[in-house]
Amino acid sequence: MDMNTLVMLLALFVLSLFLGVELITKVPPTLHTPLMSGTNAISGITLVGALLAAGSDSSSTAVNNILGFVAVVLATLNVVGGYLVTNRMLAMFKRK
Amino acid sequence: MNITVVNLIYLAAAVLFILGIKGLGKPKTAVRGNLMSAAGMFIAVVVTLFDRSIVSYEYIIAGVVIGSLVGAIIAIKVQMTSMPQMVAILNGFGGGSSLAIALAEYYAKTHIPAGAAAELMAAPFGDGIMGLIAVLAISLTILIGAVTLTGSFVAFAKLQELMKKDYGLPGGPVGNGLLLLVALVAVGALCVEPTNATLITVIVIAALLLGLFLVLPIGGADMPVVIALLNSYSGIAGAFAGFILGNTVLIVAGSLVGTSGLILTKIMCVAMNRSLANVLFGKMAGGGVTVSADEVYGGKVKSAQADEVAMMLETAKRVVIVPGFGMAMAQAQHAVRELMDVLEARGTEVEFAIHPVAGRMPGHMNVLLAEAEVPYEKLIEMERINPTFEETDIAIVIGANDVTNPMAREDKGSPIYGMPILNVDKAKTVIVVKRSLSPGFAGLPNPLFAMDHTYMVYGDGKKAIIEMTTALGSA
Repeated sequence: MDMNTLVMLLALFVLSLFLGVELITKVPPTLHTPLMSGTNAISGITLVGALLAAGSDSSSTAVNNILGFVAVVLATLNVVGGYLVTNRMLAMFKRK
Repeated sequence: MNITVVNLIYLAAAVLFILGIKGLGKPKTAVRGNLMSAAGMFIAVVVTLFDRSIVSYEYIIAGVVIGSLVGAIIAIKVQMTSMPQMVAILNGFGGGSSLAIALAEYYAKTHIPAGAAAELMAAPFGDGIMGLIAVLAISLTILIGAVTLTGSFVAFAKLQELMKKDYGLPGGPVGNGLLLLVALVAVGALCVEPTNATLITVIVIAALLLGLFLVLPIGGADMPVVIALLNSYSGIAGAFAGFILGNTVLIVAGSLVGTSGLILTKIMCVAMNRSLANVLFGKMAGGGVTVSADEVYGGKVKSAQADEVAMMLETAKRVVIVPGFGMAMAQAQHAVRELMDVLEARGTEVEFAIHPVAGRMPGHMNVLLAEAEVPYEKLIEMERINPTFEETDIAIVIGANDVTNPMAREDKGSPIYGMPILNVDKAKTVIVVKRSLSPGFAGLPNPLFAMDHTYMVYGDGKKAIIEMTTALGSA
């Protein structure tokens, strides 16, 4: 990574924070629990990083693979559990 | 796969996450929003699997299979009343994952195989300021990830009632401050001496302990704040992990989740009229003139039986139901819905008054009542329902206490003075369904219970509501 890339990433980070404020303040209190579990599932995007750690060639040592494996398990739990439970809750709000 | 293509697909995934959260803005579009966000996740994961740097798939397949199975089972089995625990533990998994990624990355950087380029051997994290930033990103991810991991597990244990007492570190906030200081000094030292693995161990241990002792003293009604805050941490840890890996989608998704958790934290704090520091380190009943329960209740509390309440309900034109954590405890949401049905069949208008911190997490009551098929249009927020209590014939409080305490509005000496409450006392008649006169989380007596127009119905919430419904139905 060079300095330019870092500044780009930082810009992305800061703009996303502002976007987050705009988006989240529009969610009504009724949906705050599904919002939490839904954003929780999104934070499981660390799975992308976990996959790279678990399977990358620079991490051919056992320690790395095991840490990567743990990261994959936890992130997948986060993603699958989060989206499914959010879907279950939201389905209840939808029906009439 | 070409790196440009990978990044473009990550961009598409980020857009899907944004549209997904936007969809959560309305109950009608929320299911679709969640599916869009899941689709974003799917494409981000698939494109990563084609990344050139991934060479072995054994650990990946094993991890994905185990995580998916366990995740699906708990998501399908969990009861709606247990949703706060569920969210707490999912936060912990997210934090743990970021922690493991950062540790793996650190290990890879400090165990470069012999024969690698000389410059890589000399400065494994990169040259000058870039190396410094790489080390900082790794150590901060470890710090936040570890705090989130243990903090969430303690929150889970408390919500699941595996742990009933509130423990604190000697010195309270000072002890926590020292732990944070140790961790931050180790982060600083690591920036100077990046290859010193002892420092990483110090950061990990201090942060794990910090998460533990940060949440251990917090309980009960303060839990919504803790869960929202940990939710935010899990996002921030993800965003920092994105800086380690130079991964755009991690940064966007992580910061969205981070802000979401922070905004919910703020909403919860405002709804309790307390600062975040006060929730995390303070005591609810801090100073002020406390009134004894005898002074408030002495001889003034009236009780009623379910059939007497049913008689009052017969002539009511407008009824407002005020649910609290007690409704979740008693699993009374379905009974409450049936009472609503019978009342509506008789032509009575029924609405629900939802305080922002009712229950153990933001929106807890809404989810329970949605499960019982109460239409969400009937769940009215505090600001909108408060002016209507004066035209309400009967307010039924079930399992709520502090959020209805008029002392918060009237008694300047009260520790909860200034906390926004539901103006239940303004209703013509108030029915309080409660096991006993025991105080709520704030430990204060509630003058509402002793008012002239208030009747207490003692007993199990679900049973009491069912009895009212039966009596009313046969009237």
